[in-house]
Amino acid sequence: MDKIKSLADLQAKKESLLATMAQTNEQDVQIKVAMATCGIAAGAKEVMDTMSDICEAKGVKTNISQTGCMGYCYAEPTVEIKKPGKEPIVFGYVNAAKAKEIVEKYILNDEIIEGVIPQNYQSIDN
Amino acid sequence: MDVNKKQLRIALRNCGFIDPENIDQYIVRDGYMALANVLMQNNPQAAIEVVKKSGLRGRGGGGFPTGLKWELASKNPSDQKYMICNADEGDPGAFMDRSILEGDPHSVIEAMAIGGFCIGATKGLIYIRAEYPLAIKRLEIAIAQAREYGFLGQKILGSDFDFDLELRYGAGAFVCGEETALIHSMEGMRGEPTFKPPFPAQEGYLKKPSNVNNVETFANIPVIFNKGWEWFSSIGTEKSKGTKVFALAGQINNVGLIEVPMGITLREVIFEIGGGIKGGKQFKAVQTGGPSGGCLTEAFLDTPIDYDNLIAAGSMMGSGGMIVMDETSCMPAVARFYLDFTVEESCGKCTPCRIGNKRLCEILDKIIEGKGTMDDLTILKNLSQVIKDTALCGLGQTSPNPILSTIDHFWDEYVAHVTNKKCPAGQCKSMKQYIIDAEQCIGCTACARACPVGAIKGEKKNPHSINQDLCIKCGACYEKCKFNAISII
Ligand SMILES: Cc1cc2nc3c(=O)[nH]c(=O)nc-3n(C[C@H](O)[C@H](O)[C@H](O)COP(=O)(O)O)c2cc1C
Ligand code: SF4
Ligand code: SF4
Ligand code: SF4
Ligand code: FES
Repeated sequence: MDKIKSLADLQAKKESLLATMAQTNEQDVQIKVAMATCGIAAGAKEVMDTMSDICEAKGVKTNISQTGCMGYCYAEPTVEIKKPGKEPIVFGYVNAAKAKEIVEKYILNDEIIEGVIPQNYQSIDN
Repeated sequence: MDVNKKQLRIALRNCGFIDPENIDQYIVRDGYMALANVLMQNNPQAAIEVVKKSGLRGRGGGGFPTGLKWELASKNPSDQKYMICNADEGDPGAFMDRSILEGDPHSVIEAMAIGGFCIGATKGLIYIRAEYPLAIKRLEIAIAQAREYGFLGQKILGSDFDFDLELRYGAGAFVCGEETALIHSMEGMRGEPTFKPPFPAQEGYLKKPSNVNNVETFANIPVIFNKGWEWFSSIGTEKSKGTKVFALAGQINNVGLIEVPMGITLREVIFEIGGGIKGGKQFKAVQTGGPSGGCLTEAFLDTPIDYDNLIAAGSMMGSGGMIVMDETSCMPAVARFYLDFTVEESCGKCTPCRIGNKRLCEILDKIIEGKGTMDDLTILKNLSQVIKDTALCGLGQTSPNPILSTIDHFWDEYVAHVTNKKCPAGQCKSMKQYIIDAEQCIGCTACARACPVGAIKGEKKNPHSINQDLCIKCGACYEKCKFNAISII
């Protein structure tokens, strides 16, 4: 990667990253697993693996990534799902069985299932 | 504001949203824009002015104005200066800084580079405890990526500014979070505090002017530049701007990492964001400021949280630990818990802290064991005051706070312990009495057989009784009785 040499370079980089992101957002389900120390201790790694295995087996196009603490420490492991064209939602107390349910019911069939945690904060708009 | 959205995430803006190991995701959320702008304008004084006007104060505990600190460091000429990040985070139960470093390491790196430019430092050091392996790993990845993109290293973003970062590992001593001890520890010496002045801004790391800031303080910096100081200073109270991250813990339904605007009330934090007390119990107190802080009671639930109000209420903001206690907490025992921690963590350099805290602990033990007197309470107060006035560093100067604030707010509870030999919360084992109600007891002998010390006597099918002199309060009889004949008083 070439070094970024100016504010203009950085802005251009941001724009091109945004464009790529918008594209994948339209096509793929975005899955974020909270993987701070506490999340990993609560089993987030296993949840992440299960999620990606099931999605692959079912042929769902996903983009799975790890994040830091989402703040719902009482409900770990937590997973955020953003389906194309939809608002993201967060599931708490996810284990392997729940991960399977989320993929099969919510991701594939849009069924509303239990375990959704209401978002409890505002973030600054960028 | 929506009841569910009392929180406002500034320092945690990216935590939980981005992959901390992917710099591109940080860039998409305006990452390194603030640094690029500051470098393009190439005016350190003007940048410091922005931080000053924002009203940002240090989040590591003291609440010193960050812009002013940078200005002081910038004014001391030197061939070499250092920008230091304090990621020691030693308060029991606190994990705000760890979460920021694990969730958004680039925000701290970007802010340190901005700070370095402002004060004229080309080197940055992050002092992090070795017990944070994931945070260390993510920082290392982030630093490598930032170098690759040209945000660290030489001629950053095409400017003439050079800046690079190194990690330094702490062994997890609480006192090493104190800035002079931290600097000595980085120099390879014993992690003991020294008298200020000289302040780090005058003589810091390797005797060079240095600036120490907390992780969360840094995490606010890029946003202040991106969204403007006017925006930042519009949030919060008159003297405390922006937000504060708290690690909400204890007897509360939703434990977690929260970020709230300054000026929010404890009631909103505990009952709305925290979902109230666990098991429908009664709220008793909330501890802020960790081992240096104090307990606040029901009467303070509607006090707006900011640096000055918390101090006026006998506690302090601290770095952000917030522990909620219900009716079953015994306040002398809570004070004892924190004192125990300070005694463990005292570096031993000065007498008031090394010996005084030990004595405080012993007196608390006496009270908890039911052997205290009213004189002990007086000694407790006087000795606490002496330690506060004479200890060398912040650790000792604040260590009696948990005692003083619980004495202040829960005087009756202390008196009950020493005069009535009763623990109102029913926690202190030494003051419990197990008794058998002769009316209820059918003489089944189950309790007598369970008692490990043979304290229960009685004929079969006749009421039993407990010899209080022999009873060790193990509770075995209480568990065994199926007829509710045994009670604890
Ligand atoms: C005993 C003791 C422990 C401290 N521990 C920490 C700590 O873990 N993290 C921290 O940022 N500041 C800690 N501080 C405060 C630092 O000395 C210093 O004030 C702070 O890092 C300055 O940064 P700020 O202005 O951004 O808050 C501690 C102070 C004392 C007296
Ligand atoms: S107050 Fe305690 S921790 Fe601080 S220098 Fe004295 S002995 Fe050490
Ligand atoms: S509390 Fe324990 S020691 Fe006391 S009477 Fe009951 S069983 Fe015996
Ligand atoms: S177990 Fe209960 S009912 Fe039986 S002897 Fe003991 S106190 Fe009496
Ligand atoms: S630190 Fe894990 S969700 Fe809070």
